[in-house]
Amino acid sequence: MTSLVRRLDEGRATMLLLGTALVLVAVSTVLALQHPVQQATIAVSFGAFIALGEAVRVTLAGDREAAPLGAAAALAYALIGRFGSVPTSHTAWDVIAVTAAASLIGALPHIAAGRSPRLDVLARRVLTAGLAAALFRPLYDAGHGPLGHLEMHQRNAVLAAVMVVVAVLAGLFDAAVAALVRADRDRAPFLPSLRSEFRALIGLSSAIGATGVLIALAAQVMQLWAIPVFVVPLMLTQFSFRRYAGIRSTYAQTIRSLSRVTEVGGYTETGHSSRVSELALGVGRELGLSDPDLVDLEYAALMHDLGQLSLTEPIPGGATVMAMPDEQRRIAEMGAEVIRQTGVLDRVAVIVERQADPYRRPHETADETIPLASRIIKAANAYDDMVGDSRETGRRLEALERLRLSMAYDYDPRVVTCLAHVVERSSRLGL
Amino acid sequence: MKGLPLAARALVGAVVLAACVVLVLGVGHLSHPLVSNGVVVATVPTMIGRVVVLTLMFAALESRMPTVSGSNVYLGMGFPIGLASYIIVGPWGAAFVGAGAVLVLVENTVVKRVYNGAQFALCAFAAGQAYVLFHGPVAVLAASDFPRVLLPVLIADLVHCAVNGLLLMGVVSLAEKVSPKQVLVGSLLKSVPGYLGYGIFGLLMAVLWVGVGIGVLSALLVLMPLAVARWAFSQYSAEQQAYEATIQTLVQAVETKDHYTRGHSERVSRASVLIGRFIGMREDRLNALRYAGILHDVGKLGVPTKLLQKTERLSEAEFAAIKLHPVRGLEMLRDIEFLDEAFQGILHHHERLDGRGYPMGLEGPQIPEFARVIAVADAFDSMTSTRSYRGARSVDDAIAELLRCKGSQFDPGMVDALIASLTKEPWIASGVDDAAERRQPPCDALPAPGSGQAGAIAVDHDDPTFSVAFRDETS
Repeated sequence: MTSLVRRLDEGRATMLLLGTALVLVAVSTVLALQHPVQQATIAVSFGAFIALGEAVRVTLAGDREAAPLGAAAALAYALIGRFGSVPTSHTAWDVIAVTAAASLIGALPHIAAGRSPRLDVLARRVLTAGLAAALFRPLYDAGHGPLGHLEMHQRNAVLAAVMVVVAVLAGLFDAAVAALVRADRDRAPFLPSLRSEFRALIGLSSAIGATGVLIALAAQVMQLWAIPVFVVPLMLTQFSFRRYAGIRSTYAQTIRSLSRVTEVGGYTETGHSSRVSELALGVGRELGLSDPDLVDLEYAALMHDLGQLSLTEPIPGGATVMAMPDEQRRIAEMGAEVIRQTGVLDRVAVIVERQADPYRRPHETADETIPLASRIIKAANAYDDMVGDSRETGRRLEALERLRLSMAYDYDPRVVTCLAHVVERSSRLGL
Repeated sequence: MKGLPLAARALVGAVVLAACVVLVLGVGHLSHPLVSNGVVVATVPTMIGRVVVLTLMFAALESRMPTVSGSNVYLGMGFPIGLASYIIVGPWGAAFVGAGAVLVLVENTVVKRVYNGAQFALCAFAAGQAYVLFHGPVAVLAASDFPRVLLPVLIADLVHCAVNGLLLMGVVSLAEKVSPKQVLVGSLLKSVPGYLGYGIFGLLMAVLWVGVGIGVLSALLVLMPLAVARWAFSQYSAEQQAYEATIQTLVQAVETKDHYTRGHSERVSRASVLIGRFIGMREDRLNALRYAGILHDVGKLGVPTKLLQKTERLSEAEFAAIKLHPVRGLEMLRDIEFLDEAFQGILHHHERLDGRGYPMGLEGPQIPEFARVIAVADAFDSMTSTRSYRGARSVDDAIAELLRCKGSQFDPGMVDALIASLTKEPWIASGVDDAAERRQPPCDALPAPGSGQAGAIAVDHDDPTFSVAFRDETS
C-alpha cells in the first residue's frame, strides 16, 4: 500500500497520462462492442503488426523503450484511406481500441518472460495513434470527407502532404508526452526534458512517421502487402538503433568497471565511484542537464579519482576531501590528462580537471568557467567521502550540514540544494 | 588513366563508347510518348521531367561510389533511385539516370567520373531491358500487377548487380592485377543482398511514384527510414571507435603502475588475434579475443604497486598476491556483458598445460581456448620486451623459448600458430617502435645501473623462463 501511495506521489503527470489512456480505451472498447469494428480483416491485419511490433520492441540509448514497428503500424491504421479500391470506414475510436488491444497482446510474450512492459510507453502509443486518428479520420470520413474527395480525384500528392503533417504533429505530441513522464520520474524541469526527448526521438520518429504514411498510401495499390514490405526498411532502422544502444551500454559498463581500478588498487573505498556517479546523476537530472551532458557527467563522476593512480601512496581511505587543496588539484589534473589521451572524451576530461576548483574564492564572484558537472561532482564526492556507504541518518545530516556551511565558497548553492533533495528522497525510499 | 595498362584502357574506352551509343539511341526513344496497349501512359514532357528529377536525386545521393573495402561492399544512398528508375522511366530513361553518376560531387578524376557514369548507364539500361523482357510494366503500376511484378524486378536487380560486378571485375583485375575470381567473390557475391534490399526500396518508390501518383514525395518518404538507419549506424560506428580508444587509454593508465609493461596489453591483444585468426576463429570470437587480450592484466591494479616494482626477491605471500591478479581482473570486469567468453581468457591466462599454473591449476583441454591463446601471446610479448632485469630478447630467442615450453606450459597448436603467423607478418616488438616505450619512467623507478643483475629480481610474472623457477621455489 505504501509503495502505491509513493508511486502516486512520485508521478502525478504519469498518473494523468495513464488515467486518460485508460478512459479512452474503456470508451473505445464499449463502442467497439456495441458496433463491431468495420472491415474486420483490415483491423485484424494492422492489429497483428502492432502486436508483432510490441513483441520485438527495443530499448534505445538512455533507457527508452520503443516499438517502432508497432508505432508505424498504428499510425498507418490511423491514416489509411482507400484499401485497394474500397474506402476504409473505421473511426478514431476503432484505432484506439485496436492499438490498445494489439499492444497488450504483443506484450504478452514479454510478460511471460518476466519483463513487464512500461505502462506509460503503451499509453503513449495509444494516445499518439489516437491523436493522429482524431485529426485524420473525421476529415476522411469513409471517403465522404474533404480528404476522401481528394483521394477520389486522384490528388494523392495533396493527400500525402496532409498525412505527413498529421504524422509530424503526432510525433511532436509523442515527444512531449515522453518528456512529461521523464520530467516526472527524474524530478527534472519540463523544458530541458522536452529538448532531451525531442533530440533522442527525432531520428526514429521520422522513420516511424515516414513508414506509417507510406503504408497508408501504398495500401491503395498493394493492399495488405504494403505492411510487410514497408516494414522491412524500418526493421533496418530499428536494428541500427539497437546496435547503437548496445555499444552505448557496453561503453557505460566498461567505464563503470574500469573506474573500479582505484578501488581494487586500494586508493579509494569500495563502491565510492559508483555512489558518487549515482548521486551526481540524480543532481544533474534535477538541475535539468541534457542527455549528452548526463553521459559526460556520469563518466566524469566514475573516473573522478583516476588521477590517484599516479600517487605512490594511497590517501587514507581514498578521501580526497581530506587531502590538501593543491594535492586535490594535482590528482584532478593527472586524471584529466589520462582521460584526455583517449582523444574522444575531451569534455569529460575538462569536467574531471575542474572538479577540485572552489565554486567561489573570497572577494571574487563565482567562477563561471567551471562546468556545472564539475561543481556537481565536487559536492557529490565530498558528501560520499564523509558518509561512505553508511546509512546512518546522523552521518547524512552532518555531511549535508558541512556542505551547507561551505556553500557559496567551496560548493555551488544550487547544487547543494539539489543534492540535499536527492539524498532525502533516497533515504525516504530506504536506499 | 596514365598509370593503367593498355587492356584496362581499352575496356574503359569500350564501356564509355557503349554508354554513349545507348544514350544517343535513348534520346530517340524518349522523344516519343510512352504508349501501352494503345493508351498514352506518359507524355514526353512527363518522362523528361521524371528523368531530370531522378538524375539529380541520384547524383545528389550518390555522394560515394560503391567501393570494395575489406569485406564490405558499400552501396551509396542513390542506389534505390537507380533501381527504381527503370520502372518509372523505362530502360532508356534509366540509362540517363545512371549516367547522372558523372555529376557526382566526389573528389575523383574526370576520367573516373566519366567511367562511373558510363558503367552505371550500362547497368541501368541492361537491368531495364531485362525488366521489360520479363513483362514488367513501365511508368504504370496497379494493384493487379502484384505480386506478378516481383519477378521482373528481381531479375532486373540481379542483372544490374551482375553487369556492375563484371565491369568492375574487368577493370579492377586489369588495372590492379588481381585475379578476376578474387574480385568476383570479394565484391559481386557480397553485394547481392545489398542489391536485393535496395531493390525493394526501389520498387516501393516506384509503386508510390507511378502507382499512387505522389511523385517525388515518394523518394523522400522511402529514403527517410534508410537515411535514419544510416545515421544511426554512423553514430554506432563513432561510438564504437570512441569505445576502443577509451578502453586502450584506460588500460595504458593502468599500465603506468608498472613502467615496464607499457603497451604490453595492446601487443598481447595483437598477437592473440594473430593466433586466433590462424586457427580459424570466427570474426565475432576474434573480436572478443582482442578485448580479452587488451584487458587480460587489468587485475594487476589489485596488486600493490610496491610488489610490481619491487627489486628484491618476492616472498611466498607476495607471489601469492601477484597470482591473484587474474581473479581480480575478472571481478572488476564481470559486469561488462558482451565480454562473455573473454572472461575465461582473462581468468585463466596463467594456467599451464601441465596443471602447474594459476589461479586454478587447470590441465590441458580443461583450459579454455581463449586462455591458451593469450598465454602464448603474453609470454611472447613479455620475452621480446625490455624488463628491469634484462634487455629485450630477439624474436628468434623468444620463439626458441616457446618451443622449449611447448606441451608443458603452452598449447603446441597455439605456439605453432603464432610462429606460422609471424613468418607472414613481421612482429613489431616493444623495443623497436613504440612511442609509449620512449616515454621513459622516472629515474627513481628504475633500478640503479648494474644492480639488477646480481639478485635477479622483480621478475616479470609473464616471462616463462622465470615462471618455472618461481613455481619451483614457492611450491
